[in-house]
Amino acid sequence: MFFLAEETEHNPILPIWQEVVVGFVAFGLLLFVLGKYVWPRMEQTFAARVDAIEGGLKRAEIRQTEANQLLERYRQQLAEARTEAARIRDEARADAAGIREEMLTRAREENDRVVAAGRESLAAEREMITRQLRVDLGTLAVDLAGRIVGESLADEARQRGTIERFLAELDRNGGAPVASAGGRR
Amino acid sequence: MVGVVAEVPFPPDVGEFFPEPVVHGWAPWLTKFPFLVWLAVAIVILFFLIAYRSPKLVPTRTQWIAESIYGFVRKGIAEDVIGPEGVRFAPYLASLFCFILVTNMFGLVPGIQMSPNAHIAFPAILALLSWVLYNYVGVREHGLLKYLKLSVVPPAPWYMLWLLVPIEIFTTLLMRPFTLALRLFANMFAGHMILVVFTLGGFVLANADSVLIRPISLLSWAMAIAMTGLELLVAVLQAYVFTLLTASYVSGSLSTEH
Repeated sequence: MFFLAEETEHNPILPIWQEVVVGFVAFGLLLFVLGKYVWPRMEQTFAARVDAIEGGLKRAEIRQTEANQLLERYRQQLAEARTEAARIRDEARADAAGIREEMLTRAREENDRVVAAGRESLAAEREMITRQLRVDLGTLAVDLAGRIVGESLADEARQRGTIERFLAELDRNGGAPVASAGGRR
Repeated sequence: MVGVVAEVPFPPDVGEFFPEPVVHGWAPWLTKFPFLVWLAVAIVILFFLIAYRSPKLVPTRTQWIAESIYGFVRKGIAEDVIGPEGVRFAPYLASLFCFILVTNMFGLVPGIQMSPNAHIAFPAILALLSWVLYNYVGVREHGLLKYLKLSVVPPAPWYMLWLLVPIEIFTTLLMRPFTLALRLFANMFAGHMILVVFTLGGFVLANADSVLIRPISLLSWAMAIAMTGLELLVAVLQAYVFTLLTASYVSGSLSTEH
């Protein structure tokens, strides 16, 4: 009781109200300043750090995936291009064979045509020359015979039938009497 | 009786904790205690403002220390006790932890050697704020009635409730702030008292009449030094415990079970 009586002014478990006010204001200020200027910035830094590490990894991962997709696409395009090239080459080869075949055919036809035309014109010419020769030969023969036998025969010879008959006979005998005609053959 | 060393008042009493006011005879409450509180606030604020004036992704040494303190409370207390949503309480818990740590440390700093927390007023304010916080959080989370029901009605048979509910009201709603405040206050009060006893006790023993007793003063001073080491542990531990319990109460308010 003596102890308590002496220490009534200084009871350690009774707060001094002025100190309560001081402590309240001081700690409030601490809470305010740190809560406004320090902790939020720390959270920002933490978040930025996490982002810098995890975000960097994630970005690298995304880029890797993109690069892989691109590579895959290029490979696919390359394969397609190769297939396309092979197809075009095959087509070209087939086309070339067709064209060659066609040209050969055409050349052969042309050749045949030219040969046929040549033969035709040759035959026609020969026909014409033969005919001409027949006339000439007839005339010459009659003239010659007339000179030899006299002019009496000339009137008769004018009747072409005799000469024609003669010539036909010559033809029938294989043309042997007319050596010049046989040599031209 | 002629002493070998200075005569000291012994045994120390409660008056030890109530020094002379700064201005003699005026405002008896204006002792070194309010100034120590302001000093602690200034130290904490200045340290963090300077350490965090230009934060870098790759921290400097000071920035790293500041981040470690906040990170310790944020991860080791807020997240571990409350869960992922506890991060939003990390600012309050970290401020609380830093303030208590620095004020506790004053009990060991030569020249000060007195923690403001040895005056009940300061722990009381902190405990009151924590009490307001965890009740506010609970009411906001569940609504007033549901929060009260969750806090004070234990899952027990109805015929036991008449006994249990008053106990729960007493412990959960009334005793928590008192225990918080008293735990911190008593640790700081007793810690200082122990140091005073061993230190002054050394002087008294050195001045003892019997020559045989005098050498024991060395043991007493050695104990004072050892106790200072212990007080360092207590200072950190009490800051941690106060913060941890606040987080634990907030966690209890948020949970949907009793």
